[in-house]
Amino acid sequence: MTAALQVERLNRAFGALPVTRDVDLMLERGARRALIGPNGAGKTTLVNLITGALKPHSGRVLLDGEDITALSQADRARRGLARTFQINQLFRGLTVLENLCMTIGERDGHCDNLWRSAGSKREVIDEALGYLDSLRLTDDALKLVRELPYGRQRLVEIAIALAQKPRVLLLDEPAAGVPSSESHLILDVVAALDPDIAVLIIEHDMDVVFRFAKEITVLVQGAVFTQGTPNEIMNNEQVRAVYLGQEGHRGGHHG
Amino acid sequence: MAASEIISGAMRERAADYLTKRHRFRAAEALPWLIAIAVFFIFPTRMTFGSQVLVMVMFALSLDLILGYAGIVTLGHAAFFGIGAYTVGLAAARLDWTEPISGLFAAAIAAGLVGFVTGWFLLRYRGLTLLMLTLATAILLQETGNLRSDISGGYDGLPGLTFKPLLGIFDYDLYAHTYYLYVLAVLAVMFYLVRRIVYSPFGQALTGIRENVRRMHAIGSPVHRRLVTVYTIAAAIAGVAGALFTQTNAYVTLTVFDFDNSAKVMVMLILGGTGRLYGAFIGAAVYMVLEDYFSKLSPTFWQFGIGLVLVLAVLFAPRGILGLFERMGSYFAERKRS
Repeated sequence: MTAALQVERLNRAFGALPVTRDVDLMLERGARRALIGPNGAGKTTLVNLITGALKPHSGRVLLDGEDITALSQADRARRGLARTFQINQLFRGLTVLENLCMTIGERDGHCDNLWRSAGSKREVIDEALGYLDSLRLTDDALKLVRELPYGRQRLVEIAIALAQKPRVLLLDEPAAGVPSSESHLILDVVAALDPDIAVLIIEHDMDVVFRFAKEITVLVQGAVFTQGTPNEIMNNEQVRAVYLGQEGHRGGHHG
Repeated sequence: MAASEIISGAMRERAADYLTKRHRFRAAEALPWLIAIAVFFIFPTRMTFGSQVLVMVMFALSLDLILGYAGIVTLGHAAFFGIGAYTVGLAAARLDWTEPISGLFAAAIAAGLVGFVTGWFLLRYRGLTLLMLTLATAILLQETGNLRSDISGGYDGLPGLTFKPLLGIFDYDLYAHTYYLYVLAVLAVMFYLVRRIVYSPFGQALTGIRENVRRMHAIGSPVHRRLVTVYTIAAAIAGVAGALFTQTNAYVTLTVFDFDNSAKVMVMLILGGTGRLYGAFIGAAVYMVLEDYFSKLSPTFWQFGIGLVLVLAVLFAPRGILGLFERMGSYFAERKRS
């Protein structure tokens, strides 16, 4: 069986500073993998390389066995590679519903149409409302995104990714910036994701990581330090030394 | 449980309604058109000026499509106005092609083509870089015209152009009544086109690019293609406006490519309100009427008056005149509720 996502010997440097070094990573279909590592380990850079926001200097990215390294970010997204951002990237001046309808429109190629009205396809609206329902955002459907509290904006971020119907989903700290009283809502959503979607989650909260992930990759200074099951990682002395030791067993968020 | 399901069902309906009905025409939208027709009867001697206002409305409308909806900031929109103006000017002066309506089509195609080619190169850039590149494009076109003044007439222009009667029947009278109605009719067609585009899924994608281009890339939008498409359309409409400008004035000079012209249309649009379609109407009309009034009041210092109005607008109506109306509307709605 080909992996949903395969990253092979990926390298990238910013100037003289290597930020991604020979990274190999694989997500099987329906994988639940966490990517952890201290600040500055290059986790977000790796997500940017996988999605195509950044170009690697060497190495390959394969989606369902197809080499997508040369494709643009948009082409990769249309092939089923979705992501959420560590800091919200939403259409702030539009309503929540429009955020979703636009995503569906771009996914299905409706947005090439210059003539019919955007609201004339009822099935698009119904599908959008479906995602909002599942994330309990229906009551906010007609609010502008910028009027929502940050925690609910984080949910819109996830709703957009879901509306892309991805095969591979990269979640960059989905609960970042959300007060811990609300973060369980987001983590429940993450836990309930479609089992067919391969998910890679970057997360600092070790409780979440150990609860959610079946496999963990530890990134240190741009390179894969080790990977394994949550138990293996927890009992790995070296990981405890470089990561768990200094970062501790704490929740919350940081940049 | 059942009650909350009913409530969320009602919410769903309301939300769906909002999107399915948003593109419908509202009664208030008839207002600018009724005013335009009323002007025809009330000021029969000011029809040349009226035609010029309508031409600028069309020009500002084309800018709204790219600036207000797609968020493309340009200081070279006069390039397309100029291409359109010179297409019909040169066709009439050099090729004796004086049929007005086919001239509009030729202008749209020529300006659209220039928009497509320059857009394809320039729309990879954003912000200040794009501002400078669009500005440079207009200047390059102007200087090209200047270089070949044997063809373009240079800064002396192409004077004394004559055009065939409209549809072969309606000739142009002294007070330009025919021109006014002709420009108004073309504006209505262009407005309908722009309105369809704005409310289409494509138009939605444009607002997405304006709101957050990073997110658009991430959801798989072919951003560059979308931008080039809308830039081409806006260029074509600006070209039609330019063509009408030449036809109504019966002359054209290279000043149509001036930076002044690009800046003026942007000021008009921002004065009226961007991303609202009707901002182009209000902005262009208010600006032109003020300019006309102040220049009669004081032929030397009229720009001071315009400048003062703009400073006031920036201070008290940062989202344009329409934005001010919206704010007043919601203010009174709030007061009524409490």
